[in-house]
Amino acid sequence: MAKVHVTTSVNGEETEYLCEPHETLLDVLRNNLQLTGTKEGCGSGDCGACSVTVDGRLTCSCLVLAVEAEGREIGTIEGVGDKEKLSVIQQKFLEHAALQCGICTPGLIVSTQAMLKDNPTPTEEDVRYYLAGNLCRCTGYDKIVRAVMDAAETLPSERGA
Amino acid sequence: MAVADYKAPSTVSEAVSLLASAQMKAKVMAGGTDLIIQSKSQTAEPLLVVDLKRIETMKDYQLTDEGLSLGPAMCCAEFTALEDVKAVYPGLTEAAYLIGSTQVQGRASVGGNLCNSSPAADTIPALIANGAQCVIEGPDGDRTVPVEDFVTGVGKNCLAANEILKRIVIPRPAPGTADAYLRFIPRTEMDIAVAGAGVSVTLDADGTCTAARVGIGAVAPTAMLVPAAAAALVGTKLDDTALEAAAKAASEASNPITDRRGTVEFRRHVVGVLVKRAAKIAQSRAQG
Repeated sequence: MAKVHVTTSVNGEETEYLCEPHETLLDVLRNNLQLTGTKEGCGSGDCGACSVTVDGRLTCSCLVLAVEAEGREIGTIEGVGDKEKLSVIQQKFLEHAALQCGICTPGLIVSTQAMLKDNPTPTEEDVRYYLAGNLCRCTGYDKIVRAVMDAAETLPSERGA
Repeated sequence: MAVADYKAPSTVSEAVSLLASAQMKAKVMAGGTDLIIQSKSQTAEPLLVVDLKRIETMKDYQLTDEGLSLGPAMCCAEFTALEDVKAVYPGLTEAAYLIGSTQVQGRASVGGNLCNSSPAADTIPALIANGAQCVIEGPDGDRTVPVEDFVTGVGKNCLAANEILKRIVIPRPAPGTADAYLRFIPRTEMDIAVAGAGVSVTLDADGTCTAARVGIGAVAPTAMLVPAAAAALVGTKLDDTALEAAAKAASEASNPITDRRGTVEFRRHVVGVLVKRAAKIAQSRAQG
């Protein structure tokens, strides 16, 4: 079958690409759009390294067909913070040394942002349950949880609340 | 299977026609969390994916005096956030909340969980406990199947190749009714049931159980309704003797296998314990 033409929005910018029906959103983000911040860990929806938002809802981009993105709004790690200034969540991950190899980090930051949008004042238990689908094999999670809790405490003052 | 073609119809009838006229193997996709993995991991046989997520009636719901009518493809994250549904069917909401991670729940659906027809699917025992009916559309019209008869084997169900589960209908529980779902997993999150139990009980004013339904999962090729376990509860005040009898009936009805998640003996025992505990939770909810 011929390639499919898809028009979508990635991090707020209208984006077009051609894809095969079998390609995943993860494949297209990395290979066609060169948005390589989104990582492939397991490729089967277990590890969360490829976490993105689709129409604001957190999901694994390896479990989404690229053709499904037509008309949707995709959010990736490249849409968090900017080159001049890290987002609060990114800054807190650095301050707490909440990463070692870094493969899980983009997914964790995208997931944390999605969580704090729905629940700006999570308990540690909320954080651990919400992020259970983001696997990290380096840190043992403790520093990640501290970074997320710190980001949650810092964000309201950043927003001027 | 390898996805070779993709269609996203806007009505169920259009989706049924696409299945009926497909020139290759065709499968419907709701969340795709099982289908996309299956399509990547097996043979190169070409596959047409018919995506149901552009069909509005596949993702909406109505909660009325009659009960719940659920679009089967609504994602679990949306479903578990429906406070009105949770107030009436807390056990079903719990079951949907147990499926995979936050990310998976952003895609996976109750209907997809049912149609994937895994023996360990969490929502199926909860749907059984609630007496859910499956409304299926095919080329010749609609038919309705009780959920306990929907799944026919491991990964198999009663849907013909050109049929689609278009609605899950659950009657509104009688006054004094509540449900609960419990599963056993060795972790606290992100795992597949070793055994599961959904229980619904109806209590009268003095706390006597007047009706019950018990569904068990992961302990047989399909999730199953256990009438003997329900019968052990009816007419009692869910005292220890009645709960033990229900547990024994569930254990005896089970037909588990030994695999890396548990042995036959363990599963038989645990499913009884889960029935007992779920019945207690349902009881306390029914007493409100």
